[in-house]
Amino acid sequence: MQQEMTKRKNSKSFRFREMNILIALILMCLLITIMNPRFLNPFNLQTIARQVAIYGLLAVGETLVIITGGIDLSVGSLVALIGVLVALFMKGGLSVAFSIIIVLLISSLIGLTHGLFVTKLDVPPFIITLGTLTAARGLASAITKGWPIIGLPESFFFIGQGHIIGIPFPLIILLIFAAIAFFITRYTVLGRQLYATGGNIEAARLSGVNVDRRRIFAYVFNSFLAGVTGIIVASRLSQGQAGVGSGYELNAIAAAVIGGASLAGGEGTILGALIGATIMSVIYDGLILLEISSYWHDVVMGLVIVAAVTIDVWRKRKSKVG
Amino acid sequence: MEQELLLKMEKISKAFPGVQALSEVDLEVYKGEILALVGENGAGKSTLMKILTGVFKKDEGKIIFKGKEIEARNPHHARQLGISMIYQEFSLVPNLDIATNIFLGNEPTRKFDIFDYERAKTEAERLLKMVGLGVSPDVLVEDLTVAQQQIVEVAKALASESELIIMDEPTSALSKEESERLFGIMKKLKEEGISIIFITHRLEEVFAVADRIVVLRDGRRVGELSCEETRISEVIRLMVGRDVRVVPRVEVSSDDVVLEVRNLSRLPMIKDVSFSLKKGEVLGIAGLVGAGRTEIMRALFGADLKTSGEIFIEGEKVEIQSPNDAVKMGIGLVPEDRKFQGLILIMAVYENISLPSLPFMFSNGIINFEKEYSLAESLVERLSIRTPSIFQAVNNLSGGNQQKVVLAKWLALKPKVLILDEPTRGIDVGSKAEIHHLIDELAKEGIGVILISSELPEILALSDRILVISKGRITKELKREEADQETIMQYAII
Repeated sequence: MQQEMTKRKNSKSFRFREMNILIALILMCLLITIMNPRFLNPFNLQTIARQVAIYGLLAVGETLVIITGGIDLSVGSLVALIGVLVALFMKGGLSVAFSIIIVLLISSLIGLTHGLFVTKLDVPPFIITLGTLTAARGLASAITKGWPIIGLPESFFFIGQGHIIGIPFPLIILLIFAAIAFFITRYTVLGRQLYATGGNIEAARLSGVNVDRRRIFAYVFNSFLAGVTGIIVASRLSQGQAGVGSGYELNAIAAAVIGGASLAGGEGTILGALIGATIMSVIYDGLILLEISSYWHDVVMGLVIVAAVTIDVWRKRKSKVG
Repeated sequence: MEQELLLKMEKISKAFPGVQALSEVDLEVYKGEILALVGENGAGKSTLMKILTGVFKKDEGKIIFKGKEIEARNPHHARQLGISMIYQEFSLVPNLDIATNIFLGNEPTRKFDIFDYERAKTEAERLLKMVGLGVSPDVLVEDLTVAQQQIVEVAKALASESELIIMDEPTSALSKEESERLFGIMKKLKEEGISIIFITHRLEEVFAVADRIVVLRDGRRVGELSCEETRISEVIRLMVGRDVRVVPRVEVSSDDVVLEVRNLSRLPMIKDVSFSLKKGEVLGIAGLVGAGRTEIMRALFGADLKTSGEIFIEGEKVEIQSPNDAVKMGIGLVPEDRKFQGLILIMAVYENISLPSLPFMFSNGIINFEKEYSLAESLVERLSIRTPSIFQAVNNLSGGNQQKVVLAKWLALKPKVLILDEPTRGIDVGSKAEIHHLIDELAKEGIGVILISSELPEILALSDRILVISKGRITKELKREEADQETIMQYAII
């Protein structure tokens, strides 16, 4: 009986944490709607949904990496590189499906490289992924020489532009991968070990957890999702462009942290990441609807990121005192 | 003898949300005396000292120091008033040298507030001589042993001309010799008129060095004893509020060898270690701190890579390259540092308990929560882990209960071999007795237990056989009946 009660109490407080940011999101939506009712326009909602898909995929992957105690700064550049590559392969005559498979393999391999550097060579994740952040964007520019790759097959455009019964296809892709990640983190041994690795890597290792493989998994999954995002973005823009995705890594990290992930590792949820990504997208959308000059958008985003991380640190300290 | 009163704490009370940590505790310290403050974990010793040094604010009560009422705002302020505390976790900066550390926050200065390093160095030299540390003050703290760092902490306290030094578990990481050297320093300080409050779990140490004992239990002062007129059993009785007996082990003999180690080496630390362990046997590993006891077991467990050697489990040769391999072979390790190596503090009790056994319980990779919870519930009950629920973060448990969680997670695995590295270090007397009892029980169930401990009475009481380690080698194997403290020490210092 008592056991039942504690169990219920636990799951309740578990949900409550995400409830906080969900309420923040709803309030934000209400506020924007009051100031500009066009917010609820189906077309606008679709625009937001497409944005949520992009931030959401990156935030889900980033959350996995952050849970294991790592960080990945490369995803924004990977979005550009993978978009350029998939366009290049299709231009070169490969089929749409085959091009997609190849670039997803490439992005996964980049994640594997990150994982191996972090685990086997002990390179800090911040450094190795910072290297990729610079190099991947450079490579994308070198391939395109600064020009967009256009003239892609029509069938490719459905991925980023199509919708099924009014739901943008990218959002469906997000929901599929988020569901997979949710299941892993919440219900599997692998997921528990990801949290354990980030919570205390030495204790996890001494408990028999193969911490290297768990961390490698997180980097591979994250880069894979960055690859998926790169394909969606290229499809949405109908072109491969080296300049896209700049700063997305910070948005992804911010979304993860807003969603409750702790940069110290061991904490974070997929649901939180999705809500965090939605908050980021709604803020962007709101800024446009409220006709705030685009020069200010980055200022606001910067403030949101700082606020989110500060709240994270503050929450930590508070829980320590209590 | 008329003694001069240095400190008087009167009716100190302090409540934290949900707990009355201290209720009306009195404490007095005389000039030039060593007062032992003892009590189980959570009895309020640390809280009382933290109030004295200004870490916490008291709710009620009065503190009179040198005849004046004081209230320290923070540890730095307390130090200026003449009260220094040496914490379990050292406050030294590893990458600075000894002299700089000693005068950190209290620097001798020249004109324009410039740090006068030369003066700090000469002054540090004098202080180091006083505490008997024969190391140059320009040596970096990170190059010192733990024992030496501890002594630097003492020198640091002296540098600020403290008249009262509080030592919180100063010997928990020291070997026997090192502890004795520290006691020598404490007695010397006492002769110079400095008073010391000594907090420890090791009661033999209290009798070795203290004059008077104050016992706390559940936030109250339950007794004051003179070291000359009391016995350990009396102190323990006061601490736990009941009698605790050390149950002598009934030997369970079996001839089935569960683990055999041949020529295990991890150069340059461990050389050529061979031994075997029978089912249901408790094998004690004795030796000085730094002798390589922990290193041997870590190499066996795959936590560190061995350079050579063979390991056999139940007669079959096994390859152990990582803890992951060891766990698969049914070997568990309770590491010496439970917070950094044993537990994931932010995770719940049940998550910590099931961590090693999850992959075996759920071979399809999907967790069945009902099954996981009931496993945790049963172990929490079996080890009487005091926690509001299995969903509590381990962080919020007391030291003794945390250690029981570490034990529980290995019991969940049903291991063949369980290695315990200092399983009772820094935990209260009550939990300690429970863990001793548990070790006995596990052996009876047929688990081969390897017990590393720096406390010889613990080794002697629990082991069927004892290996003495010195400089990375086994120097002697002793049967239960041949072993006593003197013999062990004799082989430990070879």
